[in-house]
Amino acid sequence: MRNDIMLETINVARHFDVSRPLVQRLLAREGKRVLRAVDGISFAIEKGTTLSLVGESGCGKSTVARLVVGLYGPTHGSVMFDGQDLAQARADSEQRRRMQMIFQDPYASLNPRWRVRDIIAEPIRAFGLTRSPAEIDARVGELLTQVGLSPLDGQKFPHEFSGGQRQRISIARALSSNPEFLVCDEPTSALDVSVQAQILNLMKDLQARLGLTYLFISHNLAVVRQVSDRVGVMYLGRLVELAPAETLFNTPRHPYTRALMEAIPDLEMTGRQRIPVGGEVPSPIDPPSGCPFHPRCPLANDRCVAERPEMIPARGTPETLVACHAVEEGRDRVGEPLVAA
Amino acid sequence: MSATAPARPNAIRRALDSDLWYSFTRSPITVASAIVALICVGGAVLAPWIAPHNPFDLASLQLMDAFKPPAWEMDGDPNYLLGTDDQGRDVLSAIMYGARVSLLVGFCAVLLSVSIGITAGLAAGYMGGTVDAVLMRIADIKLTFPTILIALLIDGVVRAALPREVHDQIALYVVIFAIGISNWPSFARTVRGSTLVERNKEYVQAARVIGVSRARIMVSHVLPNVLGPVLVIATLNLGFAVLAEATLSFLGVGVPPTQPSLGTLIRIGNDFLFSGEWWITIFPGIALILLVLSVNLLGDWLRDALNPKLR
Repeated sequence: MRNDIMLETINVARHFDVSRPLVQRLLAREGKRVLRAVDGISFAIEKGTTLSLVGESGCGKSTVARLVVGLYGPTHGSVMFDGQDLAQARADSEQRRRMQMIFQDPYASLNPRWRVRDIIAEPIRAFGLTRSPAEIDARVGELLTQVGLSPLDGQKFPHEFSGGQRQRISIARALSSNPEFLVCDEPTSALDVSVQAQILNLMKDLQARLGLTYLFISHNLAVVRQVSDRVGVMYLGRLVELAPAETLFNTPRHPYTRALMEAIPDLEMTGRQRIPVGGEVPSPIDPPSGCPFHPRCPLANDRCVAERPEMIPARGTPETLVACHAVEEGRDRVGEPLVAA
Repeated sequence: MSATAPARPNAIRRALDSDLWYSFTRSPITVASAIVALICVGGAVLAPWIAPHNPFDLASLQLMDAFKPPAWEMDGDPNYLLGTDDQGRDVLSAIMYGARVSLLVGFCAVLLSVSIGITAGLAAGYMGGTVDAVLMRIADIKLTFPTILIALLIDGVVRAALPREVHDQIALYVVIFAIGISNWPSFARTVRGSTLVERNKEYVQAARVIGVSRARIMVSHVLPNVLGPVLVIATLNLGFAVLAEATLSFLGVGVPPTQPSLGTLIRIGNDFLFSGEWWITIFPGIALILLVLSVNLLGDWLRDALNPKLR
């Protein structure tokens, strides 16, 4: 175990039992139904860097976020926090203090009945970082200033703030326990584009100043490109590609990643005909055999239907890990359009 | 992000500025029922100081004054505005003292229901699983028994188990317990429903990430956000509890006659209704109607005013 790894997941999976009640199930003679929200994911985040996970709605991104902070326990596999098993780390308040989470919805993530100063001070009080009210007040004021609000805003209630300001409060709360690792679950997707940029800049600025490590969850590739060191692309509960951000955006390898890149709006390509990814995301209750992407993949063949691809270094760009038989066999037509127009 | 703190308006100014006050002043029925309720409650609470007579002071009772009709009737005595009963007690004073007992029982019973209901509802909604299943089945079973039946049962058991003197002393608490215990499922269900919504909100998850204990999350995070509907049901239930107590007292199993409530007064007066002394039972009845109706109307208004969809 290298000690510059902040967080590592090893083949971690989380399944949900979505069966109907027992009596109905017996009457209909059907088995248990299991939703494989996350189905075997491995990645590692180095200290001081940002790993982003991208993917369509329902691909399991948020479940991963909840797994790595311990809101869900893994069905199998393990999550290691700074070399220690997550469950163990969560039992120790000193370790727990080092991880925090920022949520998607700034309207639901702040208790509407609490004053802002109490919201921000909650981690300080919960971890007993300081007991004296004067010190807590000073720390809350400092945090509010740090995220670009006024210390006087502490006495207001959350409903007196806009979405972007609320997200700043959310960040201040997350920072109040002096964490080292922040899980950000779509922190900007509920905000206006102009406010998104402010929040992202704030987060990058804080990372540079405080040496934070981020796990950043998003469906927005433009946002991901701005903040990430490494990017993982998720599809149906699995990672299909994991690469340094520049490599991923310049030479995407997996057919799904390539299709996503094609979908990014681009000034230079205005007017170009786009080839959308056909079909729907299959259900994670009954995922396709072999490679989960094969029903929608233009490069799929019999092997893709039968055999689940593993994450291996890609030909040509060995810093990329990709789970694709076509890439492994060299029939992925790099540089050509994915589908002949 | 204001540079200076806005001057905090004081509590009264803020209350007068609020939506609640606005919707209150816009509804004449609500203002009227608030006034009536205030008179009822005020008269009851202040009875020992403002009642014209003390109906429990045996020394001041004059049997000669028995069965006096209300003051505006032919034989009326201006000393006894609403007349007197068979023992010469002033009906108005008896009503004021009776409303005191009725309201005391009502408030305490609702308080008991609310405490049990909130505890059970929070636990069921937040913990889920077996705790939820067990608590809600108990609530379902409870709902299959009528309130009066349970109250009669509890009262009967206590009556049989304890000697008479002891029973008379604790009769008030028995009634409070009997009514309170029969009403908690409606609170538990409401709180459970709201808790199920709140527990999945991200502020609760944020507290869980920090590692705040389950009990603390329930009490300090979830509870303040589920209290709104509870307040409404509690108001509506106060009227119900007062009525239940009156029913029990009317049936003779409620509070002892030494501490007559409105229900007891109605029952006592009922014996004289057909011999012409109508005021002994009618006036306590009217007082009961006014009290329950005004409290219920206030509860209805509160329910509508706190429901953002009806604004």
